[in-house]
Amino acid sequence: MSKIDLNDMSSMQYDVLRELGNIGAGNATTALSQMLNAKVDIGVPQVKLLGFDELPTIIGSEEKVMVGILLMLCGDVDGIMMFLMDPHVAKNLVNHLMGGCGMPPSDDENSFNDIERSAIMEIGNIIAGAYLRSLGELTNLTIDVSIPMLQVDMAAAILDVPAIQFGKIGDKVLMIETAFDDEKVGKELDIRGYYILVPELESYDKILSSLGV
Amino acid sequence: MGEIIKVGMADLKTCTEPDSLTTLGLGSCVGVALYDPVTKVSGLLHLMLPDSTQIKNNQNTAKFADTGIAELCAQMNKKGAVQSRLVAKIAGGAQMFSFGSSSNDIMSVGQKNVEATKKILAKMGIRIIAEDTGLNYGRTIIFDSVTGKLRIRAVGKSDTEI
Repeated sequence: MSKIDLNDMSSMQYDVLRELGNIGAGNATTALSQMLNAKVDIGVPQVKLLGFDELPTIIGSEEKVMVGILLMLCGDVDGIMMFLMDPHVAKNLVNHLMGGCGMPPSDDENSFNDIERSAIMEIGNIIAGAYLRSLGELTNLTIDVSIPMLQVDMAAAILDVPAIQFGKIGDKVLMIETAFDDEKVGKELDIRGYYILVPELESYDKILSSLGV
Repeated sequence: MGEIIKVGMADLKTCTEPDSLTTLGLGSCVGVALYDPVTKVSGLLHLMLPDSTQIKNNQNTAKFADTGIAELCAQMNKKGAVQSRLVAKIAGGAQMFSFGSSSNDIMSVGQKNVEATKKILAKMGIRIIAEDTGLNYGRTIIFDSVTGKLRIRAVGKSDTEI
């Protein structure tokens, strides 16, 4: 019997998962800040239980083009971790990290060359590592993570991945979402995006049990 | 110009002339448009998974290829479609993420969705007259009940009609 009933979650369960999001995203954002040598803030983590239709609304509309970095989790915790950001934010990140060296700005905001793609995936690797390491330490669970995968596409198509994962057990997706933002909208270094952690249902049980909830 | 009716994820809708049906951002999910060319009764299904019998929690018929297509036919028949006349156009079933040559269960669900869709349509005697499936990108589709055309929109590509 699963400890979490998606239709009847306790406020205690929500609070604990929110706090996990806070710690994970906090560490991930520290890593991001250090890489960029800039201040990046995180928003209040949200634990969201969403119907399939509501899923794309977390980042706007279904057809909004997003850069998605996906990492698969295995070990004690199965599931996925995702970073989502606007294509122009991803370009900013890459340019800032590489000091704008020798990369002509590409005409198409939604297309990324191999060097850019590999830089974005490496950023994903580093921040996912920081997020999951803190989670692992806190819960004393082993969380192994795949290499990052990158896709630039419509939000709904990218979010198909967590939707289908949860579609196998129900009609809702439970996720821990945290926004990060350097609050410099429109400025040269405008870094905004989302961390999304979507453990499988049994893995939520393990996480909660390990914390005595 | 008719109304454009939106079909969500794990959802299905039907319409008649002159309305259109659309579903946005199909990734690994598959969009199945069924059409009766005589009465112009149209239906669109946005399915997520191949097989309801593999899943315990399967009340939502529109989530699966098998139950979804059957339910879509039933609703279209009520609106005056004749099953023997139905033709299908399918799109989606992409593999949104991959690393190297390895792929696992979550990655290959798009391909399984397409295979299951084809199998079920064949079993029901519904001919697939056009398809745009697989590869690695998301698709928005709009089905026009007047012309029977399925328009496909993808990021960084020009619109196509099948």
